[in-house]
Amino acid sequence: MPFALSTERERETADIFSRYPNKLAACIPLLHLCQEQNGWISDEVIQFVAERCEVSTAHVQGVVTFYTLFNQKPVGKHQIWVCRTLSCALRGSDQIARHLQKKLGVHIGETTKDGLFTLREAECLAACGQGPMMLIDKTYHENLTPEKVDKILDELTGEAK
Amino acid sequence: MLKPVQILTRNYGLPESWTLQVYQSQGGYQSAKKALSWPQAQVIEEVKKANLRGRGGAGFPAGIKWSFMRPHPTKPAYLVVNADEGEPGTFKDRTIMERDPHRLIEGCMIGCRGVGAHTAYIYVRHELHLAKDRLWAAIREARSAGILGPRPFGVDYPVDVQVHTGAGAYICGEETSLLNSLEGKRGEPRFRPPFPAQFGLFGCPTTVNNVETIATTPSIIEMGGEAFSRQSELHHLGDGGSRLFGVSGHVRTPGIYEACIGLTLRELIYDLGGGLPEGTKLMAIIPGGSSCPVLRAEEIVNAPDDKAILHPWHGKSILDVPIGVDTMRELGTMAGTTCAIVLSDKACPVRALHNLVRFYAHESCGQCTPCREGVGWMGRIMGKLVEGKGSIEELDMLYDIASNIMGNTICAFGEAAAMPMIGFLRKFRPELVQYLHTGGKSSTGGLAL
Ligand SMILES: Cc1cc2nc3c(=O)[nH]c(=O)nc-3n(C[C@H](O)[C@H](O)[C@H](O)COP(=O)(O)O)c2cc1C
Ligand code: FES
Repeated sequence: MPFALSTERERETADIFSRYPNKLAACIPLLHLCQEQNGWISDEVIQFVAERCEVSTAHVQGVVTFYTLFNQKPVGKHQIWVCRTLSCALRGSDQIARHLQKKLGVHIGETTKDGLFTLREAECLAACGQGPMMLIDKTYHENLTPEKVDKILDELTGEAK
Repeated sequence: MLKPVQILTRNYGLPESWTLQVYQSQGGYQSAKKALSWPQAQVIEEVKKANLRGRGGAGFPAGIKWSFMRPHPTKPAYLVVNADEGEPGTFKDRTIMERDPHRLIEGCMIGCRGVGAHTAYIYVRHELHLAKDRLWAAIREARSAGILGPRPFGVDYPVDVQVHTGAGAYICGEETSLLNSLEGKRGEPRFRPPFPAQFGLFGCPTTVNNVETIATTPSIIEMGGEAFSRQSELHHLGDGGSRLFGVSGHVRTPGIYEACIGLTLRELIYDLGGGLPEGTKLMAIIPGGSSCPVLRAEEIVNAPDDKAILHPWHGKSILDVPIGVDTMRELGTMAGTTCAIVLSDKACPVRALHNLVRFYAHESCGQCTPCREGVGWMGRIMGKLVEGKGSIEELDMLYDIASNIMGNTICAFGEAAAMPMIGFLRKFRPELVQYLHTGGKSSTGGLAL
C-alpha cells in the first residue's frame, strides 16, 4: 500500500515547503514527519517523499542512509539513546549503558521483545556538563544514576500498560 | 583574570525567559531596530570593532567574514546559523536556544542586515527538541508582533527566520556539509573554492555563523563594538568581549559560565568548575571540544622571545594562560568552542584516546579516502591497544596515519580527527608505552571515578 500522511501531518507539509525556494530542501523535514508517524523509513515512505520532493527514490535512499536518525527498519515504541562520548564516559556512562542493557534484557542496537524500547548508543548530545545522560524520544534525561534510570523506565512501562 | 559577566546570559535565570514578553521587558529587539536603520557597512564596522571571533571553533573574525559578502545581481543572500552543536564536550549553544531564543532571532536580524540577507536559516541538530520548539515558538511570536516580516519596526527591510533540522551526523556541523544537508542532500562537505560567500546555500552568497556568534551581536550593537571588545584582556590580540565557557568531565560543578575573555584554564577548572573531586588530581585538559589537542597539567609556557604572544606567561604554568584563539594556538592547541573537558589522574589516557578515536571513526562521512580509511584504521589499532595488545610499531603507525590525514581531505574533519590523536601521542607517550608493556595493567582501568 502506498504511504500516506494523516490529515494533520499532511497540512504541515504545505508549511514545510513554504520555507524553501525549492522542493528538494524539504526532503529531510518530510522524512522526519513520515518517521514520526510510521516509526521508520520504509520503501513506501521513500517513494512518497521522492514524489513530493520531485526527486528520484535513489536520491532519497541516499539521504536516508547518510543520517543516523533515520530508522531503516522498524523500531520499538520508545527510542533510547545513551551517550557514550568522552565527557559522559568520564562521569559513568558505561555503567548506565550496562544497567540499561541488563534492565531491558537487550544489547545495544536491539529492541525489547514487547516492542517497547529500542536501545542505542549516541555520540555527544550536547549535554556534556550533565552527564551521564540519555535521550528518550524527545526528552533529555541528565545526571543519571541507575536508580534514576529505573524510575524513568518504570514510568514509561507503566504508561504502556 | 576571572571577570564573570551576564551579557549573553542575562535573561537565563528569569521565569519564562524564552517568551517575547520577558525578552522585550529586558530591552530586547532594540538593537535589531537600531541595526536595521543603519547602513549595512555600519553594522559590519561595529562587529569588526567588537573583535568578535567566531564561537563555532575556528575563531574567524565575524566582522571580516561578513565583509566578504557581495550583492549578487540576481540571487538573494542568506545567513545560516550553525546550531548543530556536535563537537564532543560542547554544550553551550543549546542553552541560548532553550533559554533565550529571542536573542538568537534578534541576532539573526542584525546578521541579515550585516550580510545583506533577508532570510536566515537556523540549522539545529534534530535531537535538540526543546531548542527547536522554543525557537519556533519565538519565531511565531516575533512574526505576529511584526518584528519578523515585511517591515520590521516600520523599516523597509524584510527579515524572516526559518528553523531546519539535521538527522544525526556530526559532519553536518562543518559548514559546507551543513549547506548540502540544508538543501536536502547527503551531508557531504563541498570543495572550496568557491567559498560560501560566493556560492553557498542554493548557490547563493551565504554566511555561516555559530549560534553564540550571532546571539552576541545584539549586545555588541547595544554596548558599541569598542566597549564590547575592551572587556577582554586579549583585546590587543583582536579577541574581544565576553563569551560562554563550558567545563565538563572531572570537576565538581560542570556547566556553562559566561566570563570576559582573559579567563585562564585554571580559573575555568577551579573557580568556575569548582575544582577536581576529592582525592583526584588534575592530569590533563582538552581546552575547547574534543578536536583540540590535549594539554598536560604540568606543562610550562616556553616563550622566551619578548615579541611572542605568550611571552608575558613565559616560565609560568599553561593553566595561567588566558583562553583565547591566538593564545591557545600558540600553546599548540585551540580555544575551539571554549568548552573544556577535564581529566583527573583517575582517568586512563589510553581509554580517553580510544573513546575519541571511536567517535571520529563513527562520524567520518566517508567521502575522502585518507579520512575514511585513516580514522577506521586508527580505530582498529586503538581497539587492540586498549585490550593491552599491539606493539610499539603500531603506536608509531598511529602517528603516521594521523599525519597523513592532515591536509589531505576536503574538509577540516580530517584535522579534527587527527589532531587529538597526535596530541595524545605527543603528551602521553610514556603512559601509552607502559600500557603496552604491561598489557594494560598500568592503567587506572577506566574513565569514570
Ligand atoms: C567536523 C566539523 C564539525 C563542526 N561542527 C560545528 C558545530 O557543531 N557548530 C558550529 O558552530 N561550528 C562547527 N564547525 C565549524 C563550522 O564549519 C564553521 O566554521 C562555523 O560554523 C562558523 O561559524 P563562526 O565563524 O561563527 O564560528 C565544525 C567544523 C568541522 C570541520
Ligand atoms: S559527551 Fe555526552 S552529551 Fe556530550
